[in-house]
Amino acid sequence: MAAVSRAAASTGFAPGRTARWIIGILIAGVFSIPIIAMIEFTLRDRDGGHSFVHWTGLFDPANAPKYQPIWQGLTNSLILAVVTIAIVLLLLAPTMILVTLRFPRLSRPLEFIALLPISIPAIVLVVGLAPVYLVIGRTFGTGIWSLAFAYGITVLPYAYRAIQASIDATDVRTLAEAARSLGASWSDVLFRVLAPNLRAGLLAASLISVAVVLGEYTIASLLARQNLQTALVVVGKQDAYVAVVFSLLALAFAFALLLVIGRASTPTARKARS
Amino acid sequence: MTAIAPAVSGGTDATPAPSRRGAASVSTPAALGLVPFAAYVLVFLALPTLLAVVSGFFDDDGAFTLDNLIALGDPVIVQTFVNSIWLSALTAVAGAIIGALACYALLGLPSTSRVRSTVDAVAGVLAQFGGVMLAFAFIATIGLQGMITLWLQNVFGVDIFAEGAWVYSLPGLILPYIYFQVPLMVITFMPAVSALKPQWAEANLTLGGSRTGFWLRIGMPVLAPSFLASLLLLFANAFSSYATAAALASQGSQIVPLQIRAALTSEKTILGRSNLAGTLALGMIVIMAVVMWLYSLVQRRAARWQR
Repeated sequence: MAAVSRAAASTGFAPGRTARWIIGILIAGVFSIPIIAMIEFTLRDRDGGHSFVHWTGLFDPANAPKYQPIWQGLTNSLILAVVTIAIVLLLLAPTMILVTLRFPRLSRPLEFIALLPISIPAIVLVVGLAPVYLVIGRTFGTGIWSLAFAYGITVLPYAYRAIQASIDATDVRTLAEAARSLGASWSDVLFRVLAPNLRAGLLAASLISVAVVLGEYTIASLLARQNLQTALVVVGKQDAYVAVVFSLLALAFAFALLLVIGRASTPTARKARS
Repeated sequence: MTAIAPAVSGGTDATPAPSRRGAASVSTPAALGLVPFAAYVLVFLALPTLLAVVSGFFDDDGAFTLDNLIALGDPVIVQTFVNSIWLSALTAVAGAIIGALACYALLGLPSTSRVRSTVDAVAGVLAQFGGVMLAFAFIATIGLQGMITLWLQNVFGVDIFAEGAWVYSLPGLILPYIYFQVPLMVITFMPAVSALKPQWAEANLTLGGSRTGFWLRIGMPVLAPSFLASLLLLFANAFSSYATAAALASQGSQIVPLQIRAALTSEKTILGRSNLAGTLALGMIVIMAVVMWLYSLVQRRAARWQR
């Protein structure tokens, strides 16, 4: 690490130590203000001082009814996350592998389709999803899980990138052919040969899907479904402190998730380079 | 699935042509594997987009009409589009410049370093987790009872809301938007910055160039297309953002996504046309299509210097 940064510094385009620290501290400082403000806000008590009353209140059974929407929303969001991951792992990933192995010419169109949701605002999707969900409600019922069909589309660009990076770093074709010539069935190739090799990408795709689903508000709120974010808005109108406490917890959770992605995907990057 | 087993011929990486031809000749059973995903994308991406656009061309009774399209010329609607474009452009430029500075500061740190992986995670969280929580964060910061608001009042006697509670209207969206734009810039621009080759700087030094000269003659021209591409992505990101504005600005619909909400949810819709949401969606798609088309043009130029 030291060697690389010294090389970049000596060849003269990386910033010096001082410049780096000044920019870093300035940006990190400004960007931490709203987070600090949130923490300070949750520590305010009713008589103008500061205490942990809003945090300890989380464990007070008397407050349980007030938090009910949040627990319900969180449960719904977790169900949605699981179904969305299922869509990513059982629908998107096998299709990507199939395209890599058998239809290389379709990889460009697939990439185009997978990245398309970036350019179609969720709010536009909602306008057209409303009639689609009327039909779905009639056939599948109005269970919260059905909303994951829409979330599968919103996570598509992120999941695609994570899995594709993994496929590019692995020689999928050779692995599949080797396994086939040794007599493995297609399901063995998929689950016992390719999946373990694409582990990092599949894990990253799953974790980013969790982060996106937990943060989603637009589709749920306009289709009148309850998830974590819509619950936060509802509770926030009665007790702003609780809503901010839960927001901080969700932020910390998402940060931990993405840190795991980062650490989990680094070894593959190193392997690919060597 | 086992029926296609013999199809995988001995094509290795060096000779992809035979295996590709082999795949084409027996593609029918394998092609069935593409059907579920194709059907899914058709029903949940293509169909909703089509429905959204088409619904703008029909009136309440299901008859074809161009009235909704004419409504796009209504001064109120034009103003929301102007507001949206202006807000997106301003926050995209600010976010791009601050984000590029952050990328510059990270330059030279290898991607495996602890600082980089932490910054990546923070940027990921802040870019993804905008929306409702971001609105809460800014209410806690510069809301009527916000930390900074109270601090300015108590210490300097400055009331930032003397002119009215602007934080809950259009100007109040600027800071939160920049807050999610900067991390997105770091995520999208950093790969281009990391791809700057030390050899170019060495060549520059060998030929007697200075550090400033490197940035003016090599670094900036090489990064310019990537910077522009990221800027366009930031614009698109702000333009399509809904949750922050919805949670922050509870009244009024100064930007297009909120106008769509108004058209979708209220019984008596603006201008008395319930299918206006479709027309507004069409307007958004047209603008996004132009932005993404420009993005692909610029991206093609940027790709030249990467790898």
